[in-house]
Amino acid sequence: MSTVTATAAPTKLWGGGKSPFNVEYGKLMMWYFLMSDAFTFGAFLISYGTIRFSSNGWPNPNEVFKSFPFAPEGVHAPLVFVSIMTFILIISSVTMVLAVHAGKQMDKNAVVRNLILTILGGIAFLSCQAWEWTHLHAEGAWWGANPFLNADGTQSSTNFTNYFFTITGFHGFHVFSGVVINIIMLIMTLMDKFEKRGHYLMIEKAGLYWHFVDLVWVFVFTCFYLI
Amino acid sequence: MSHTAEALHHDDGSAVKEIWKVTLILSVLTIVELILGFWMMGVSDPGARLAIKGTIVILMIAKAFYIVGYFMHLKHEIKNLIMTIVVPLALFIWFITAFLYEGNSYKNLRNRYDPYKKAQTEIKVHKNEEVKEIKTTVE
Repeated sequence: MSTVTATAAPTKLWGGGKSPFNVEYGKLMMWYFLMSDAFTFGAFLISYGTIRFSSNGWPNPNEVFKSFPFAPEGVHAPLVFVSIMTFILIISSVTMVLAVHAGKQMDKNAVVRNLILTILGGIAFLSCQAWEWTHLHAEGAWWGANPFLNADGTQSSTNFTNYFFTITGFHGFHVFSGVVINIIMLIMTLMDKFEKRGHYLMIEKAGLYWHFVDLVWVFVFTCFYLI
Repeated sequence: MSHTAEALHHDDGSAVKEIWKVTLILSVLTIVELILGFWMMGVSDPGARLAIKGTIVILMIAKAFYIVGYFMHLKHEIKNLIMTIVVPLALFIWFITAFLYEGNSYKNLRNRYDPYKKAQTEIKVHKNEEVKEIKTTVE
């Protein structure tokens, strides 16, 4: 009876026999995982916002993040280095979309090429972050240590550095996992795993994760460096 | 499965064209954000700073929309899937409003009822000069 109605009315999504969301199970679960991850990052960033709103003073990000690699000490270049990091992540997101798109076309060579570019972008971002952390650490900033003053010249608490290192660290760990996942995808593509399966759906799931990492950076970048 | 369903939505050329269009939009939004960020460095009026910060936040949400909608392909999924993702995220409206309000309220209450703490946060320190003095004594 139910099979009769399903064949008679294929638009009935909840009639059974097919995914009511019109996506593969794993992809749906990746969406739900990313949603929960969004709440984790959201909780971190909102906690940061709450503490910042409850403080009488806060360091000026343009004074803290003003350095640039290989530039002479004392150079004043706020926002420059972090905008490079932002563009690296946006471009690696674009190459990931292109890899997913090539996967839909069953174009193995294009998948490999774009995955390699995405991995390189991820490694470049991680290197930038490693430099920035090393530089801030050399200036005396770490969890529990804040050498910077508030924007109005008053003593600053360690809340600023604690939140900065925790949230960018958690994001950096996501970037690192994304790079590892993409390397696994690259190896599986080179081994013709997806070619044998007849689809590149796994690349789409890895792509969702990678875009989420880019999405979180949009928020981290705005909350810590811009405002 | 979804492969065939998506093939119906748009053909090859238009999909690639859409990727590059969204890339351009994201780059322009980022550049505008950076211009506002550089501009804000020279603005000291608190009201004007707040307005610029608000504009940056709106641009940030626009960027998030383009990444989720086009790069993560959510805009081209069916309505059921979009709703199961977006509706729970509406919780953030309460989450952000309540907690930022709470933080601000805590600051005001503490400043009113804990004058010692308030005085402590108003003392100016000259950290750079201290460091210089220490260096000269060491030498």
